[in-house]
Amino acid sequence: MNSKLTQKIAFSFLFLCALITIAPVLLIVVIIVVNGISAISWDFLTTSPTNGMRSGGIFPAIVGTFYLAAGATVISLPLGVMGGIYLSEYSKDNFFTRILKLGIVNLAGVPSIVYGLFGLSLFVIYLKLGASLVSGCLTLAIMALPAIITATDAALSSVPQSFREVSLSLGATKWQTIRHAVLPHALPGIITGTVLSNARITGETAPILFTVAAFYLPHLPGSVLDQVMALPYHLYVISTQIPGISKSTTYGTALVLIAFTLSLNLFGIIIRTHLRRQKKW
Amino acid sequence: MTIIKTNNLNLWYKKFHALLDVNIPIEKNSITSIIGPSGCGKSTLLRTLNRMNDLIEGIRMTGEILIENKNILLPGTDLVSLRKNVGMVFQRPNPFPLSVYKNITFGLEIHNIKSNDTLDNIVENSLKSVLLWDELKDKLKSHALNLTLEQQQRLCIARLIPVKPQILLMDEPCSALDPIATGRIEELMFELKKNYTIVVVTHNMAQAARVSDDTGFMLLGRLVEFNKTSKIFTNPEKKETEDYITGRYG
Repeated sequence: MNSKLTQKIAFSFLFLCALITIAPVLLIVVIIVVNGISAISWDFLTTSPTNGMRSGGIFPAIVGTFYLAAGATVISLPLGVMGGIYLSEYSKDNFFTRILKLGIVNLAGVPSIVYGLFGLSLFVIYLKLGASLVSGCLTLAIMALPAIITATDAALSSVPQSFREVSLSLGATKWQTIRHAVLPHALPGIITGTVLSNARITGETAPILFTVAAFYLPHLPGSVLDQVMALPYHLYVISTQIPGISKSTTYGTALVLIAFTLSLNLFGIIIRTHLRRQKKW
Repeated sequence: MTIIKTNNLNLWYKKFHALLDVNIPIEKNSITSIIGPSGCGKSTLLRTLNRMNDLIEGIRMTGEILIENKNILLPGTDLVSLRKNVGMVFQRPNPFPLSVYKNITFGLEIHNIKSNDTLDNIVENSLKSVLLWDELKDKLKSHALNLTLEQQQRLCIARLIPVKPQILLMDEPCSALDPIATGRIEELMFELKKNYTIVVVTHNMAQAARVSDDTGFMLLGRLVEFNKTSKIFTNPEKKETEDYITGRYG
């Protein structure tokens, strides 16, 4: 076979593979939009479910998911970033550090239901926080941590060593060096990693199943010890537990959920492009 | 007057004996160059003078380094004030990816230096002392990495000035520059000599001969010969020195 033909076949095959990988994503989005768009209205987004969740809106679930995403970020961001700083800047490369890093990598691969059960036993039962917003946020935060730590570690490691040398040679302390000469330049990577990891956890059902999610709650949470409704769990409930619900309501809920996570992702990507444009090294 | 003096300075990287009994006196307000083939320990010696080698794991030192009669190898030495006093210019120009202005004020910010002078004046004076003010006075807000390499290297020197060091260590400051830029940095070194003591490590023997008052020749971790530059390059005492400067190795 001549080499030009081989190349053509290889290219076509690779193109086909790329197409096959994105086709399901596109298909899912198209199906959800086509079936769900008719349910989306101002009322759907701003009112509570009525009539055994067969009609009305999904406002409490949107608010709940928003609270969970925000709460998990508030907890996981400082913890994860500081852990990442320790690993990248302070820890020595020894047995303990390697075990720690291995643990973090493995934590990222733990199934989400395990996080859910962990949250149930530690926060809900042992710490007596009950099924509540705070338990749910803590559980989601723990789930987000490995990605944030890894992103921080990687972002800090990619800052050239010369920045640290210069800063130290000017008489800065190690902490000043990290604070003024390293961290600012690692920020794009850290922010992107955090946003992407939190966008992922907002769509999770299993971690919130036993720790926070309410089947039905006609009002908004009044304190962090209240349960909340959340979009992923609400979607699960209406598509499996409520017979006779209209198709457009379930698809509409799904549409709102993916719009929520996609806009978080988009937000992360916008920040990254914006900050990268300023970066010249 | 001698400002820096090492007494039997020895340094090990783990098992590797990198500096052997180095005794070097450095005169105030002069330029001292250290020459020698790659791996001879000249950069290592330079980096002991502001204790930058401390960053490397497994380093061990014995002997004394006296800077203004204070041994900086003693435990409890204040590294912050040492490094304020002994500034360093690196091989590759390494300004921070910030504006020209912010690069110069970096040292002031970390040391929280309060001064009667305004920041603008300090930036202006620092740039003037590296002969960069006329070129950059309208570009203070521009990104430092958009400057030419020579301007970047000058900026790196300017960045040291607000911290008010007495000694400037230069680790092959011109090796990334073309000959014309090199010449201009050398002129700047003459200018700076009035106010600072300069120790420069260089691969370029012609540079050492042009700029320095004293020259030390190092080989395999030893300071083989140290003398007036004119003496070293015209009538060296040791055979190794002669072989090196006549280009028999290196």
